[in-house]
Amino acid sequence: MHGIRPRQKVVQANWIGYMAERAEKAHDSALRQFFATPLPSPDTPIAQVPMVALDMETTGLDERRHAIVSIGVVPFTLDRIPLAQRRYWVVKPSRPLDEASIAYHHITHSEIATAPDFDAVLDELLAVLAGRLVVVHFRNIERPFLDAAVKARRGEGVMFPMIDTMSLEARMHRQTLWARFRRWLGRPPVSIRLNASRERYGLPVYQGHHALVDALATAELLQAQISHHYTPETQLKDIWV
Amino acid sequence: MDVELLEIRQHMGQFPPFDGLSDVLLDAIAEQVQVRYYKTGSDILKFDDILTELCYIRSGAVEVYRRQGELYNRLGEGDIFGHFSLLRNHKVRLPAKAIEDTLIYFIPNVVFQRLCEEDDDFADFVELERPRLETAAEQQKKSNDMMVTRIRKLVTRYPVMVESTTTVQQAAKQVNDAQASAVLVINEGSDNPRYSFQDSEGKTWQMCGILTDSDFRTRIVAEGLSAQTAIGEVVSERLITIQSDASVYEAMLTMLRNNVHHLPVLYRQRPVGVVHLSDIIRYETQSGLYLVSNIFNQSSAQGLAKLAPDVRAAFVRMVQEGANSQMVGSALSTIGRSFTRRLLELAEEALGPPPVPYCFMVNGSMARNEQSIVTDQDNALILSDDFNPDEHDDYFHALAAFVSDGLDACGYTYCKGDVMATNRQWRQPLHVWKRYFQDWMANPTPERLLHSSIFFDLDSIYGEDHFVEALQDLIAQTAPQSPLFLAAMARNALNRTPPLGFFRTFVMEKDGKHNNSINLKRRGTAPMVDLIRVHALACGSKAQNSFQRLNDISNTQLLATGVSDKLSYAFEFLCMSRIRHQVIDLQEDRFPDNNIEPENVEDSERHTLKDAFQVLNNAQKFLKFRYPVPAQRQGR
Repeated sequence: MHGIRPRQKVVQANWIGYMAERAEKAHDSALRQFFATPLPSPDTPIAQVPMVALDMETTGLDERRHAIVSIGVVPFTLDRIPLAQRRYWVVKPSRPLDEASIAYHHITHSEIATAPDFDAVLDELLAVLAGRLVVVHFRNIERPFLDAAVKARRGEGVMFPMIDTMSLEARMHRQTLWARFRRWLGRPPVSIRLNASRERYGLPVYQGHHALVDALATAELLQAQISHHYTPETQLKDIWV
Repeated sequence: MDVELLEIRQHMGQFPPFDGLSDVLLDAIAEQVQVRYYKTGSDILKFDDILTELCYIRSGAVEVYRRQGELYNRLGEGDIFGHFSLLRNHKVRLPAKAIEDTLIYFIPNVVFQRLCEEDDDFADFVELERPRLETAAEQQKKSNDMMVTRIRKLVTRYPVMVESTTTVQQAAKQVNDAQASAVLVINEGSDNPRYSFQDSEGKTWQMCGILTDSDFRTRIVAEGLSAQTAIGEVVSERLITIQSDASVYEAMLTMLRNNVHHLPVLYRQRPVGVVHLSDIIRYETQSGLYLVSNIFNQSSAQGLAKLAPDVRAAFVRMVQEGANSQMVGSALSTIGRSFTRRLLELAEEALGPPPVPYCFMVNGSMARNEQSIVTDQDNALILSDDFNPDEHDDYFHALAAFVSDGLDACGYTYCKGDVMATNRQWRQPLHVWKRYFQDWMANPTPERLLHSSIFFDLDSIYGEDHFVEALQDLIAQTAPQSPLFLAAMARNALNRTPPLGFFRTFVMEKDGKHNNSINLKRRGTAPMVDLIRVHALACGSKAQNSFQRLNDISNTQLLATGVSDKLSYAFEFLCMSRIRHQVIDLQEDRFPDNNIEPENVEDSERHTLKDAFQVLNNAQKFLKFRYPVPAQRQGR
């Protein structure tokens, strides 16, 4: 598998202002609607934030060469993950699927063949995401792929604040004094991949690489992280990126 | 089915009560599940919260408490909780806390209600205690062949019937022609309404007896009677019959109880056939009955001892065919009694006739007809009041030793507490026994209470039955009037308590400790027997069998309505579990014991066992309250 292309870090000090500005400038009505839907303010306690876990399976790791294959979303709160509200779409990648990624995602040619283009599901997807804080495990896939895919179809990209469970995990295991000490000793870093992270919280092992199962797994992981390392009163601005 | 829900569905589908659900219902649950993570030590349900969901443990562990904070249960992966509150007022009565990091699947109440409505087994499962035990008991019954097969199935032809004026020679010829082995004797009239019936021409007949092959030999030929004797003159007066819709098992017991080999089968009062022992044996070759007839054919104690493996084989077979605990207990007791009886016969052959009349009494599980495969002997001798120790005791000591040694050789080990007729204290004339019993009830001491709990399960198995009956009467008259005795027996019955249930592969104790195995006799069936005995004594019941005692108790106001049923189901289940685990031991070539290992307990069994322990626990609490120490003693 290819490594991840080094990217410019998205650092947005003022997400609310950014969203408002995009709402004004947007040409596409679905995008305008999305940006205009207010997000909770940065000082909202996490317990009161409506969230949505998002996961995408892609044909690779580079948004310029690879494409989205499937998208899973599960709206949730700190209190409950209601599966009834889950959504899942398979979309036809603009570039052909290679065999390796078929084996990896369990999505077959025939499923892809009958699937719509990303453009056809985008309005629905944006409607689910609007007003909710998107939660992903490793934002450097979801954020650039979504941005690129939307830009290719609607002429303008999409960017919004996220909670990244992987970076929350990194704060605990990669950026502490203890983590530096481990590195200094030459120990391998603690894995912060989705399944390894879940294991630390006693969460069950799920069959990986299905966008919706991973979205659910991510939502559960966030609940676990908040209950172990934060409090329900932790403000949104302390954990979003 | 969406792939993503498979994860949830497959998990739930492994655990009761979801494992029995249709795919459609499982999908409906997975579709509506809500998920939430709980860190170790966090509250999941708080007392008096409004509950709108059933809780399912996807991973982790949860403890459920009573209001006072006492541990009620510890649950693990695949277990559910909250159903108790959901079925009632939706307020949390039993708070729950995560004791490990836990992932809960919440199932909304609407889905829960739908499951209860559409799936009876699910509804039974979540309804606490009685229904689950009841279902378990019923399923055992349903699956049992001997219990459901009606005796009419074994009737293949009409009975040979002759009028009582027929000569024995003619009757013998008819039996021969029909290749039968018995003839029913009838005459006109209806003096005995129990056995009168009308034939196809509307004529009224009554059955007055049966004459079997061996009767032709013993009653006619051996007596030197003429072939022209009217059959009515030699027919046996004792008529034991069975209804055609009775089970094969009942027929078997009837034969055993009355020591007969032929049973006329009646439809209402009309004879429809005759079943012979061999018909049942053919049906059930390794049955206890076959074994019993074999026991009586043995001419020495050594011969009897060789039958011990057959007893185990019959036991395993019965359980595999789904016999319930009453059938197993009763069959094993019958076998044990047969051994004892045959040993007494052999002893009398060896020692000569007894110098004074006696009654050989059995106590404990054999008296209750609840014997298991793991058992020791409890017995005693009640001698006639003419007994003179100097002249007669040598005989009875020798008799007792013969029987006791023989029983030990047959697998009924010597009693560790020395409750055997070989012990002089338990080889006494009737008046001494009466004094014993009166003293025990008037002035209960720990030792006397122990005696009471052994000897107050009593039955005669050989000799003068009325000796034992006199003692049974004495107990039934005195015990209900002895509040101090009842209070002491009640306290004694609380010495052994059930565990809380199971958690993963451990037995959970009330203080939260874990054990690797549990003695199901000590922690389940024995305390239950003790408890039932106290109530039975209080209501003057003369029954010995715990189920029959419960029947007697339920006819009084001693227990709240339905409680005795609950106890009965719980007891049945505890006995059955113990029996099943003994079968596992035998099949794996281990010596059977009363222990069960949690890893051998199936999921559904552990839920039901837990319910049974709960029933026992509640009943023990009530016992303390029901039989208080009388006021004048409390000051001491």
